[in-house]
Amino acid sequence: MEDDAPVIYGLEFQARALTPQTAETDAIRFLVGTQSLKYDNQIHIIDFDDENNVINKNVLLHQAGEIWHVSASPADKGVLATCYNKTADGKVVTCAAVWRMPAELEPGGHESPEDAASPAHALELLCHLGPAAHGSTACVAWEPAGDGKRVISLADNHILLWDLQESSSQAVLASSASLEGKGQLKFTTGRWSPHHNCTQVATANDTAVRGWDTRTMSQIYCIESAHGQLVRDLDFNPNKQYYLASCGDDCRVKFWDTRNVTEPIKTLEEHSHWVWSVRYNHSHDQLVLTGSSDSRVILSNMVSISSEPFGHLVDDDDLSDQEERRPEEKSQEPPQDSVIATYEEHEDSVYAVDWSSADPWLFASLSYDGRLVINRVPRALKYHILL
Amino acid sequence: MAAAAAGRGPGSGPGDSPEGPEAEAPERRRKAHGMLKLYYGLSEVEAAGRPAGPDPLDPIDLNGAHFDPEVYLDKLRRECPLAQLMDSETDMVRQIRALDSDMQTLVYENYNKFISATDTIRKMKNDFRKMEDEMDRLATNMAVITDFSARISATLQDRHERITKLAGVHALLRKLQFLFELPSRLTKCVELGAYGQAVRYQGRARAVLQQYQHLPSFRAIQDDCQVITARLAQQLRQRFREGGSGAPEQAECVELLLALGEPAEELCEEFLAHGRGRLEEELRSLEAELGPSPPAPDVLEFTDRGGSGFVGGLCQVAAAYQELFAAQGPAGAEKLAAFARELGSRYFALVERRLAQEQGGSDNSLLVRALDRFHRRLRAPGALLAAAGLAEAATGIVERVARERLGQHLQGLQSAFLGCLTDVRQALAAPRVAGKEGPGLAELLANVASSTLSHIKASLASVHLFTAKEVSFSNKPYFRGEFCSQGVRESLIVGFIRSMCQTAQNFCDSPGEKGGATPPALLLLLSRLCLDYETATISYILTLTDEQFLVQDQFPVTPVSTLCAEARETARRLLTHYVKVQGLVISQMLRKSVETRDWLSTLEPRNVRAVMKRVVEDTTAIDVQVGLLYEEGVRKAQSSDSSKRTFSVYSSSRQQGRYAPSYTPSAPMDTNLLSNIQKLFSERIDVFSPVEFNKVSVLTGIIKISLKTLLECVRLRTFGRFGLQQVQVDCHFLQLYLWRFVADEELVHLLLDEVVASAALRCPDPVPMEPSVVEVICERG
Repeated sequence: MEDDAPVIYGLEFQARALTPQTAETDAIRFLVGTQSLKYDNQIHIIDFDDENNVINKNVLLHQAGEIWHVSASPADKGVLATCYNKTADGKVVTCAAVWRMPAELEPGGHESPEDAASPAHALELLCHLGPAAHGSTACVAWEPAGDGKRVISLADNHILLWDLQESSSQAVLASSASLEGKGQLKFTTGRWSPHHNCTQVATANDTAVRGWDTRTMSQIYCIESAHGQLVRDLDFNPNKQYYLASCGDDCRVKFWDTRNVTEPIKTLEEHSHWVWSVRYNHSHDQLVLTGSSDSRVILSNMVSISSEPFGHLVDDDDLSDQEERRPEEKSQEPPQDSVIATYEEHEDSVYAVDWSSADPWLFASLSYDGRLVINRVPRALKYHILL
Repeated sequence: MAAAAAGRGPGSGPGDSPEGPEAEAPERRRKAHGMLKLYYGLSEVEAAGRPAGPDPLDPIDLNGAHFDPEVYLDKLRRECPLAQLMDSETDMVRQIRALDSDMQTLVYENYNKFISATDTIRKMKNDFRKMEDEMDRLATNMAVITDFSARISATLQDRHERITKLAGVHALLRKLQFLFELPSRLTKCVELGAYGQAVRYQGRARAVLQQYQHLPSFRAIQDDCQVITARLAQQLRQRFREGGSGAPEQAECVELLLALGEPAEELCEEFLAHGRGRLEEELRSLEAELGPSPPAPDVLEFTDRGGSGFVGGLCQVAAAYQELFAAQGPAGAEKLAAFARELGSRYFALVERRLAQEQGGSDNSLLVRALDRFHRRLRAPGALLAAAGLAEAATGIVERVARERLGQHLQGLQSAFLGCLTDVRQALAAPRVAGKEGPGLAELLANVASSTLSHIKASLASVHLFTAKEVSFSNKPYFRGEFCSQGVRESLIVGFIRSMCQTAQNFCDSPGEKGGATPPALLLLLSRLCLDYETATISYILTLTDEQFLVQDQFPVTPVSTLCAEARETARRLLTHYVKVQGLVISQMLRKSVETRDWLSTLEPRNVRAVMKRVVEDTTAIDVQVGLLYEEGVRKAQSSDSSKRTFSVYSSSRQQGRYAPSYTPSAPMDTNLLSNIQKLFSERIDVFSPVEFNKVSVLTGIIKISLKTLLECVRLRTFGRFGLQQVQVDCHFLQLYLWRFVADEELVHLLLDEVVASAALRCPDPVPMEPSVVEVICERG
């Protein structure tokens, strides 16, 4: 806690998939899925002990195949969904499934982190998200505020909404829609908006970003050529319902107001190669994290388009006189968008970054060579935002 | 001598200069005077004054008044011997005799004179007696005459008074006659049109009539006169209003009316109203010329006509007004100024409309001449009507027009530049269609540069007309200072260069897909153009401008270095964008080739894939293209057999997954310590990094982007054994051909190493091909 030095954890395999354990709000915990063609793949459950600056890991086997995407249920700590490659008959198919962690390894039970020697536990399959007939699944997204019963999966050009029933052991296709058009359209990624009573989903295919209404499964908006090249990732502003961030192969991060899709509100061009991942901080939406294949992670302060453009609004009553002055001073200096920090701990392409669900000042980034780096927001900035 | 001086007395003149001959004369005279004085007993003064001379009181002086014969005799007897006594005696006797004779002569002479005098007196006595009688007679006669005269005057007195009275009455009657005749005379004058005469008569009679208006008869006359005068005034006014006559006659009318005592204020108004009528007529005719339907006469003619018609008229009116109503004082001048201001502003509005029509035209010299005339004409009334501020307004109009002209030139330059770019685009598009060699890039660049430069020069020359010495407004402060520095230099030249940079930059800003519409060659060409501007052209143009326009230093001007920096930045951005675009083209090719292939079930490689050949071809083409405009640049020293060296290393020894991290001891794969260490020390590759202005740097950038894309795409796929081998072959092929383009061939090796290593990782069954086979295949392809 004393120093802001990053904590590095190395996996043995290549890895692309990273997610915080969304339902966990006490412990800082990330899930990482590995990619190995030759060996059994794993889900690494990485616990970060904030006080001792130590990482504890648990490894669960994921024998179905190499993991391309992982997402944790927002309601049940033990449930997660993965997209994985299955090689069969000289064909590669990407499937999606919902899994449950073995009970004893469920978060909260810290009792056996030492028994690395014992055979690793395997994930318990709950259900497959449909037959593979729809094509390769690129992404699975949970309903953000729901009870962990509704899941969206994106398979090729289909967007599929699943109802998980009987404690997630059965997935029923509730509704679906598909994208029609010239050529082979393929969704690359999607996010479920936490606003509008969780009725909106945004997806990306090629250079376009589309919004969908989950009730009617119809398109609400479409940002044609949102990026010059492929769109790699999306994220919704957790506090401003129409605001959306996207990133892509043109090295840019763009911020959109979905009510006006002709022009981005803001464009960042800090990376020198494709930007693979963009994430808003869950609490302080001026903090935006991006990871790129130029091996850098950049933390930006987008205060001008955040929900707190004039700094944190403090209730005067709660403050003593001495403290009261500080927000005033702060509000006098106009907020400036800026890059807070560039993290260069990675030596390979960074494919995933994410914030911890428990500590808003902490985030993890994962590069292809299996290096997971846990970083904190610089303390000066943290106090600046808080006070 | 001092005594002589004292004795001279008050009347003796300039006695202070006793020397010389003049001194002797008074001496003699004094002796004579002295004798007389002595004789008349006035000696006391003399006695005191001459102690040195023979003492007059000396009793022995024979000639003295106080001579005492006894004393003298005693003295002689006592002192003289006998002989001497004898002598004295004879001498005395002789003297006495002489004196006696003298005395006798004198007595005789005087006697005669006395007798004649007595005769004369006697005669006079008789004469006077006669005269007295005469005089008595005269006195009586005179008394008679006086008496008569008194009588006559008394008789004539009465008549004289009457004559005087009659003469007075006569004069009065003549005046009265004039008065009584006045109405008729006036009428006659009015009939004859001799208004001046009439006004003079009226002026003469007015005071009298005014004075005696209480008398009924005079009153009648006065009334008559007033009626006639009124008629006269009316006629004058009529004449004045008719307006057929020229301004001088009008002025005369006004003068007469003023003399008639018409209220000056009203006359002012009327005079101005009349002048307004005529000037408005002029304005209307000018406006008619402006009208949209008839072909407008050229602007020079228009301003000429306006100058001679309106401005001339205004001058006349103003001059006449000032002459006539000088007595009106500041109020009158103010009225005139307001009048001139109002009409002037309407005139200016017309001129501006006309000039606005001219804005589209391109003939600057005509416009400048027209403006010159316009301005020159207005300077005369400007001096006359300083208060109306016409000259300022005219200068303002000229300035505005000049400004607009500048803006127009700027636009012209910009559109010319855009036109050049369009030409270049067409030229670039054409040869591909025709299949034959079009003009080279260097040639196109030279064309663009020269045509832009000539346009700039033409604009400068054209704008320069505004500051020509013979043009009347060129010495106005605006044209000497602001026009040159802010107008020409800043807004025209600097503005154009900036807008050129901006135009060029706009090609970069368009997002990827649309940016693809810009031919990359155009980007390259623009980048070179900007670079050329940075190195030479900007300073040349600005020097030219400064020389032609003698830009003064009072306004801050953009320094050359700032512009150069902007141009350089633009060039850099364009080149970077060129690299991105070209890199994108190649990486799209590579990406499609990786994404669309089924790498799991591919066959054993026999050939290099066509895509790779295409990549090499395209890269070569880009190399040629860039080589046309940019210099070679420096590259790192190359080993002689670079194409052979590294490939064998990575193809043989690195297949076993060099990605295994060294810090995970349980790593199931072999670790290639060497390559990891190499990676640790090799610099991070900035893929989309700014480029230098040379060919090697550009090509390096493009190849970096392409290979990085290849790497990322490979990582997203799963490869079968033969798929891996195909990648191996492809990479070796690229290795063989791409190293020559880049600054540091190690970079290519590194990236290709990573591609093959990643492919190996993505392969469940990694069995690499023998390097020798790979080489054979590549050489065959």
